[in-house]
Amino acid sequence: MATLTIGVFSSLVGSMTLDFALKLAETAVNKGHKVNIWLSGNATAGIKNHQKHLKDYSTGEKHFRALLEKGVEVCTCEACTLARGINKPDAIEGVQWNAMHWYLAKIHTSDRVLHIGGE
Amino acid sequence: MADTKLAFIVQRPQYKSENPKLGITHAIAYQTVEILLEDGETVTPALCFIGDGVLACLKDQKAMGNYEITSSEMHLKTALLVDLDVLVCKEDLERFGITEDKIVDAEDMGAEKKIQVVPFETIQKEMESAKHVLFF
Repeated sequence: MATLTIGVFSSLVGSMTLDFALKLAETAVNKGHKVNIWLSGNATAGIKNHQKHLKDYSTGEKHFRALLEKGVEVCTCEACTLARGINKPDAIEGVQWNAMHWYLAKIHTSDRVLHIGGE
Repeated sequence: MADTKLAFIVQRPQYKSENPKLGITHAIAYQTVEILLEDGETVTPALCFIGDGVLACLKDQKAMGNYEITSSEMHLKTALLVDLDVLVCKEDLERFGITEDKIVDAEDMGAEKKIQVVPFETIQKEMESAKHVLFF
């Protein structure tokens, strides 16, 4: 089985890109692949806890929690996240906080990388 | 011992969105990635500007004055200081009428490295030789 790293830079709300990335990650992990997810830029807001799932908007929390339970490593860019007013107590438990070198290190050990840019 | 070559391709203008800046800062992060890698393993990035992305390479950006943020010019100076290979597309510079004397350098900070103005063909080769290509 392969290692897939997905870098996401798009916001959770206002774009379906992050939603797509999370569902793709779920499919890959269900097939037995190792999956890493890096969140940067507007994507970092997706790790906020206590999201209310209004049906007009995509939601990230339940997908992130399910992926974390399946062993997917999820890491948010600390600077990007703090700049958006989200502190560690506000975040989904199990999400890692690190800097951009985390993404480069995961890329280094990956068979495939999906880099999904932002707006 | 393994090296992973990465091509960071910045194709959008700075400041309209955060994403093109993140292309520069992610490339700079190669400097500290070794703390997360096994001994002897390395990541080698090339940072390339094409299309509207070449505007990032202009001198005298006023981002701090206008937006209270660090300019892409300053990030590029940092990139040169940490010996990152920075390439900008010659044809796209010409389309904007930007001459080489308008391009950022980091001589004032003591950097030996300079931004390389190259034909698109050279950037194409960087992409072809990279293990992963990341578009910003």
